Amino acid sequence: MVEIEFPRSFRIGGVYAMIVFDLDYEDLEYGYRLSGPYNPSRGLRFDHSKILSDPYARVLGGRDVWRAEPDWNNIYQHRSRLAFDDFDWEGDYPLETPIQDLVFYELHVRGFTAQSSSQVSAPGTYAGLREKIPYLKELGINCVELLPIYEFDEWENNRHHPETGELLLNYWGYSTVAFFAPKAGYAATGGLGMQVDELKTTIKELHRNGIEVVLDVVFNHTAEGDHRGPTISFRGIDNQAYYMLTPEGYYYNFSGCGNTLNCNHPVARNMVIDCLRYWASEYHIDGFRFDLASILGRDQSGAPLSNPPLLESLAFDPVLSKCKLIAEAWDAGGLYQVGSFPAYGRWAEWNGKYRDAIRRFIKGDEGVVEEMATRIQGSPDLYWYRGPTASTNFITCHDGFTLQDLVSFNGKHNEANGENNNDGGNDNNSWNCGWEGESTDPAVNELRTRQIKNAVTILMVSQGVPMILMGDEIGRTQKGNNNAYCHDNEYSWMDWTLAETNPCMLRFFQKLIAFRHAHPALRRNGFFAHRDIRGTGSADITFHGLRPFAPDYSAWSRCLAFMLSGPNASEPDDDIYIAMNMYWDALPFRVPRACNDSPWKIAINTSMPSPQDIFEQGGEPNLGNEEIVVGPRSIIVLTADTRSFKGEK
Amino acid sequence: MALTITSSSQENTARLTLVGEVDGTTAPDLRIQVDKLLTSATRMLVLDVEQLTFMSSAGLRVLIFAKQKQPMLNIYVLKPQPPIVDTLRKTGFYDGVYVTDVEPDTGTAKA
Repeated sequence: MVEIEFPRSFRIGGVYAMIVFDLDYEDLEYGYRLSGPYNPSRGLRFDHSKILSDPYARVLGGRDVWRAEPDWNNIYQHRSRLAFDDFDWEGDYPLETPIQDLVFYELHVRGFTAQSSSQVSAPGTYAGLREKIPYLKELGINCVELLPIYEFDEWENNRHHPETGELLLNYWGYSTVAFFAPKAGYAATGGLGMQVDELKTTIKELHRNGIEVVLDVVFNHTAEGDHRGPTISFRGIDNQAYYMLTPEGYYYNFSGCGNTLNCNHPVARNMVIDCLRYWASEYHIDGFRFDLASILGRDQSGAPLSNPPLLESLAFDPVLSKCKLIAEAWDAGGLYQVGSFPAYGRWAEWNGKYRDAIRRFIKGDEGVVEEMATRIQGSPDLYWYRGPTASTNFITCHDGFTLQDLVSFNGKHNEANGENNNDGGNDNNSWNCGWEGESTDPAVNELRTRQIKNAVTILMVSQGVPMILMGDEIGRTQKGNNNAYCHDNEYSWMDWTLAETNPCMLRFFQKLIAFRHAHPALRRNGFFAHRDIRGTGSADITFHGLRPFAPDYSAWSRCLAFMLSGPNASEPDDDIYIAMNMYWDALPFRVPRACNDSPWKIAINTSMPSPQDIFEQGGEPNLGNEEIVVGPRSIIVLTADTRSFKGEK
Repeated sequence: MALTITSSSQENTARLTLVGEVDGTTAPDLRIQVDKLLTSATRMLVLDVEQLTFMSSAGLRVLIFAKQKQPMLNIYVLKPQPPIVDTLRKTGFYDGVYVTDVEPDTGTAKA
């Protein structure tokens, strides 16, 4: 090891630059030692005893192999390394799929294949994900949204499992150590320092299969935590620039994780932009989902800005112009901006209001039907100026219950997190279908299966961009844990044996996603005009109840039907009629006439057992009636072939 | 463990036999040898790695270096041990080379 001092002649202003010749760049690890005043009340926390990692480090050593315990006595835990830009992309580029055509699949790189049941050669890695591409393709999704893959420290947790005593981890990784470096512990070749190549190879292969890659990025805080946290990089370089500080020199905690990145300080802002440009250009990333993005709209004292420079810069950045930008439009400081996020006509949002409305509707809450009519249109009340593609629709995500647990638990069961079940949200809008947790009662299980099908059917026929959580398609459970951030175990891992025990569920998801892809009427990039532009006799969307054109928006209503006019879609499509009955008894729905009196066919009926629950396109049975009985807590989807309609232009 | 390199070349084919380990220390030697051997006429590089027990990132990058120096080059990795094949696969290098257990026909170097 060698330490080289910066001579005065190597500095201009606050910028230090030096070229060191004859280094072995393959094995080089480097860091910085900075001297300066330590005066926390003034926000200064220089520490000459620490070696700091480079905020722009492309590769980081120190956590090369997942869960390999580091040498805690090493004063330089996270060591900057060099990456090389010699990867052969073989003509690959970001796919630039129109966002309305995407179906997101949110997954954890490690959890997706960590369990031995995945039967991949390198469980829990980028390479393992690559081996599972055929599964994703067969499922029909065309975009994976990866939980954080920026370098983080899985050891950043000091809690223990209350029963087993096992040390819990930071498994999710929402605590960045290095923004430019991919997580080495997620690479089978991380021990060789080849995580960059392995990740790029996986991205290239995903692209070859028509699957985009969106990264969940965490710019709201860093792994340095509050004043008690470790000094890794930013704190020791320029604490005042990188962090929002209180007048007393402590850290604002709008992230709920100890500190808040000072995103609208020019230095931090440039780092964020540089970072995203780097991932878009160097890794061919197709888009970014910003964790607790509302923090990115706060000023240096934490006040929300009406015109946040960072969000505006990202919206109009030329390098990122084709990237999807998706905000989690709230933060832990109480700012909730779903529908009001500073979007510049560019940003999309995780639509938390969609999630809540669908959950309440399927569990049979009163007073939700009118809101449902808005949510399935892509939430025009929230995104009128942006269009329905601003709405990332989801019912479940990593944060909260899985879909199986949403219909199996009334309350969270987070005891294994070591916080006496105090962590995790309480506003789950879940219903256990009559029994808390796993059940052997066939009636309970049948209802749960139906509720899952109801949920995902609504998701796939809603305007906006749908997102599925890893494993929901096979009934993955976290045993009622709605905050599994710390579990590198069966709570979080995908259990691939479920694909064999739940083949009917998997089939339903596959056919349903294919149904969405087959129908452009479900994937509009503009809101409904509520007019009959093509002269079909029906507006682009019409709402119905038990009788045509008579939706029941009363507080006690639990059913709603709507019809999409195929000829009024962006490309010729079928008329599609969807009847949703969340009442606990069967209800008869009179069906409106399709364009040209085309006969209705039954595409989906969630009350039927597989394979009658969803039919292949072309194999749907005729309805043969003007009325259809929709079973208790069930959804029926009808289609009528109107593609040959020749109407007014 | 050190690396022993034996090299030869004839017409459009260069051949290197590697024994030992290619790591950060020995990779520069390999790179120098590759640099020396490759000419504008070289179309085939045969790396006999049957007795190579380890190849690090630095070693794999020599393959990229060779491709960059001579884009028309076909690289044959002869008789690699399973860990090396595994690394080649996971990092994507596998697709850019010919991995074979059979001595390639040096008379049919592809363009």
